[in-house]
Amino acid sequence: MKFPMKWAVSLHRQFAASILKFQQPNFTRLRLSRGLSSKAKPPVTMGAKKENSDDEMDEKVKKYLRGDAANLEGVKDKKLKGQLAVREDLYGKSAKTAAKIEKWLLPSEGGYLEAEGIEKTWRIKQESIAREVDILSSRNQYDIVLPELGPYTLDFTSNGRYMAAAGRKGHLAIVDMKTLNLIKEIQVRETVRDVAYLHNELFFAAAQKKYPYIYNREGTELHCLKEHGPVLRLQFLKNHFLLASINKFGQLRYQDVTMGEMIGNFRTGLGRTDVMQVNPFNGVVALGHSSGTVTMWKPTSSVPLVKMLCHPGPVSSLAFHPNGHLMATSGRENKIKIWDLRKFEVIQTLPCHAKTLNFSQKGLLAAGTGSFIQILADFSGSQNYSSYMTHSMAKGYQVGKVLFRPYEDILGIGHSMGWSSILIPGSGEPNFDSWVANPFETSKQRREKEVHSLLDKLPPETIMLDPTKVGTVRVPQKKEKPTKKDIEAEMEAAIETAKGTEFKKKTKGRNKPSKRATKRREMIDKAKRPFLEQQTQERETSRKKQKTNPETEMPKSLQRFVRQKAT
Amino acid sequence: MKVKVISRSTGEFTRERSQDLQRVFRNFDPTLRSQEKAVEYVRALNAAKLDKIFARPFIGAMDGHRDSIKCMAKNPNYLKAIFSGSDDGDIRLWDMASRRTVCQFPGHQGAVQGLTVSTDGSILVSCGSDCTVRLWNVSDANVADSDYLSDNSAKPQAVYVWKNAFRAVDHQWDGDLFATAGAQVDVWNHNRSQPVNTFDWGSDTTISIRFNPGEPNILATSANDRSITLYDLRMSSPARKVIMRTKTNSIAWNPMEPMNFTAANEDCNCYSYDARKLEEAKCVHKDHVSAVMDIDFSPTGREFVTGSYDRTVRIFQYNGGHSREIYHTKRMQRVFCVKYSCDASYVISGSDDTNLRLWKAKASEQLGVVLPRERKKHEYLEAVKNRYKHLPEVKRIVRHRHLPKPVYKAANLRRTMIEAERRKEQRRKAHSAPGSIMTEPVQISLKSVYEMRLRRHAKFSNVPLPPNKQDNYQYYIKLKLGTVPACNLHLYVQNHQPQPALNRKHEISPASVK
Repeated sequence: MKFPMKWAVSLHRQFAASILKFQQPNFTRLRLSRGLSSKAKPPVTMGAKKENSDDEMDEKVKKYLRGDAANLEGVKDKKLKGQLAVREDLYGKSAKTAAKIEKWLLPSEGGYLEAEGIEKTWRIKQESIAREVDILSSRNQYDIVLPELGPYTLDFTSNGRYMAAAGRKGHLAIVDMKTLNLIKEIQVRETVRDVAYLHNELFFAAAQKKYPYIYNREGTELHCLKEHGPVLRLQFLKNHFLLASINKFGQLRYQDVTMGEMIGNFRTGLGRTDVMQVNPFNGVVALGHSSGTVTMWKPTSSVPLVKMLCHPGPVSSLAFHPNGHLMATSGRENKIKIWDLRKFEVIQTLPCHAKTLNFSQKGLLAAGTGSFIQILADFSGSQNYSSYMTHSMAKGYQVGKVLFRPYEDILGIGHSMGWSSILIPGSGEPNFDSWVANPFETSKQRREKEVHSLLDKLPPETIMLDPTKVGTVRVPQKKEKPTKKDIEAEMEAAIETAKGTEFKKKTKGRNKPSKRATKRREMIDKAKRPFLEQQTQERETSRKKQKTNPETEMPKSLQRFVRQKAT
Repeated sequence: MKVKVISRSTGEFTRERSQDLQRVFRNFDPTLRSQEKAVEYVRALNAAKLDKIFARPFIGAMDGHRDSIKCMAKNPNYLKAIFSGSDDGDIRLWDMASRRTVCQFPGHQGAVQGLTVSTDGSILVSCGSDCTVRLWNVSDANVADSDYLSDNSAKPQAVYVWKNAFRAVDHQWDGDLFATAGAQVDVWNHNRSQPVNTFDWGSDTTISIRFNPGEPNILATSANDRSITLYDLRMSSPARKVIMRTKTNSIAWNPMEPMNFTAANEDCNCYSYDARKLEEAKCVHKDHVSAVMDIDFSPTGREFVTGSYDRTVRIFQYNGGHSREIYHTKRMQRVFCVKYSCDASYVISGSDDTNLRLWKAKASEQLGVVLPRERKKHEYLEAVKNRYKHLPEVKRIVRHRHLPKPVYKAANLRRTMIEAERRKEQRRKAHSAPGSIMTEPVQISLKSVYEMRLRRHAKFSNVPLPPNKQDNYQYYIKLKLGTVPACNLHLYVQNHQPQPALNRKHEISPASVK
């Protein structure tokens, strides 16, 4: 069999180096396994399998193509057309190579949970999973019981290595999840409502009683962000280095954590809320309000991008699928709704209550309420979510927050009696990218990555509903205002049609020429009226505009004393 | 129940020993990296800014001549060697790496007007205003020898004295003929003291000459009578001719597309022509603010460099209307000759201030050894920049160049003047009878001369014009000239040529063609 030496040549430059690294060790291994399998199986099934794998391959290629190819039909410049065709060809090839890499060269495979016989996956208990998996994984099932400092909330770093836990009564803790070492814990002696990691594990922000604070890993207070006020929920946009917060008064603020600049400050005007989530796909912040609306915000506009009525009662939580096309919301009326964000339509309504929601990297949806946690999954791939796993905590525990740990099959749960961690097979992305998020990052790598991510820091303007629009041409949508000439021509035409109308023959007395003339005049006037009205309206608005100008308000003799505005 | 969860042992994903390289894993899944396009755009913007920061094109000046440098020649055998000839008759061979004179070739009495090297790099041909052509032996020793000897001077292998002063010389790319330009075009053999062939079309002095790199027998010349003429050595007569509004100072053939050449014109522009179709220029390269003195193509054929009387050197794309790059220094005076180095990565300019200057062809390119990772990074940034070059912010940064004040002012003035002239022309057209004012072409080729004459002929003799414009030429030949030999045709052009305007106040007022 032929193997990747050929593909690597055509690959996108950016990727080429890493593939070469992958190739060598896997080369022999794959050849061996394929050789064995082809001997064992009859040729007929091989054919069928090949077709099947072709479909699978096509789907993967489509994922890497990132949209349709450009339509070159209308391009007149032959040279440009040729160049673009070559470029498209290259894109196609690189997508194919990436798909092949995904199929053959990725080092680990995802987790799974399969029921046998009459078993159902949602009846499988954590204890039985613990018996089946390796010791290393079973260590990830635990409950940390901290009853005094009560309900806990969590946040993970983007590589899933570190966890920050915040107890309502002022307990802040940082844990290395790989070694399960407590790195630092501090008591801030006031209410802590939320905690959020900044770009790496060195810094985290905690929303405390009056203000949010930024601490470093050693627990030293670095900044007090007084402008934010009493913040209820904190979120960090890691591409933009923005810290977004929503406070008690319903004010949404964005602060650039690199320069300390306040980027945006918006009053939502929809009351107090602590439901806030960033869409990781495009950086848009969504807020769920007590009126049942969900609003989506960007830091460069004072009005929400989207305002959608999702529930009849208050929205209790919301979550975004990592691919950005799905949103899950839950309302107090015991409904979870799954929304398609491309059409802003409900895809599915599930009858269950959720105080907290979270999507995993592979698209599992965790919903927590009371002491009960349910995991939903779409097995068909057609966004039809159904129950996958359930988990009940000890009675009396109130789940405050569920959060999947990135790159692991683990769900972190913050509850009233501490925090817990359970295994959810198939929830995490099995293969990490060292340049995106590396769970085994060394301090040197972390430093390097910090520099690079700062170089690639996106300006706040790049937050928009469709992030693929960056660098494309905006088609002008505004209609041109009709010119004076056009309006006149239109009026003439209307008058002509009014003049040309034929009258019905009326009875004697009503058919007099004088009556017919007045009728015709009336019709012409009627045709003219809208145009004349529009004209007068325009004249008035322009006069109003003039009036507001301070220079025209003054008597002419005083106008020269008016101070000129600095330009 | 079958169950599997992700379980990574640290040993598999980290290096074994501290001397090992860190292990790197890739996953190209688009959902892992959000807002890819925005990130790419920011990278492009940063790359454009970094390019500006690192743009230090000037490498060094080569000092030694005692008069302004008139001509240069590349040595095809040695990448780092270049010959230069100056107004005082001095010819020097330079080592560009150490920026020193390696060898001198004394002998010319007046200015050295032309230099060229044979294709094998062994013979240097020089010509000058002292009516001599000198052949010099370029031994390998004096190029390769790096230790500097001040009295390292060569003796000419041959000196051929001829009737008139020479203005330019060029060697065949493949063969041992060379051609000189002067009162006429002479073709010489290395071993004969007299030209083997002589061409003449028109009475004015030929000022530049270049052989075609693809077809060794074709050469292009430009003359003081504002013409560009193509010759074929296999024929006894010149092949084609174009007359421009102003004279052409130099010509360069595109080495990769050898049917195309670019002419450096006195009217501040360069004109790219297809030698097969001289009716119209393929591209007009505008940006200089004074006469373009010399032009040389990059060996890649994608770019060329021009030197101008406005004391700047510019680099153009072969198909770009405006320059990609402008080089200038405070001390550089009027540039008379430029050359692109044989590896397409350096540019050499020779100017009035007796110095040769060495520039990088890409201003922000990193010199020295570039490690593969670094190179890949550069390539990536280049690609990203190329992808987003049309966006206003990136475009603004990439396009911006600091110009010396006189050039900046002159460019503004020139723009205003051209605009004013255009407006005036428009108004004249608008206020005259339709069809009474014709827009003059910048150049006329012989074909259009025929056309004009044909039109006149048709007007006086009431012969209808042929319907197809393409056939005009053939038709005219058939109709009127019969079997007139091609070499006489130039007489017509000569007779009907308008005199150039005598009181030219500035370069751009073009002599009108009636």
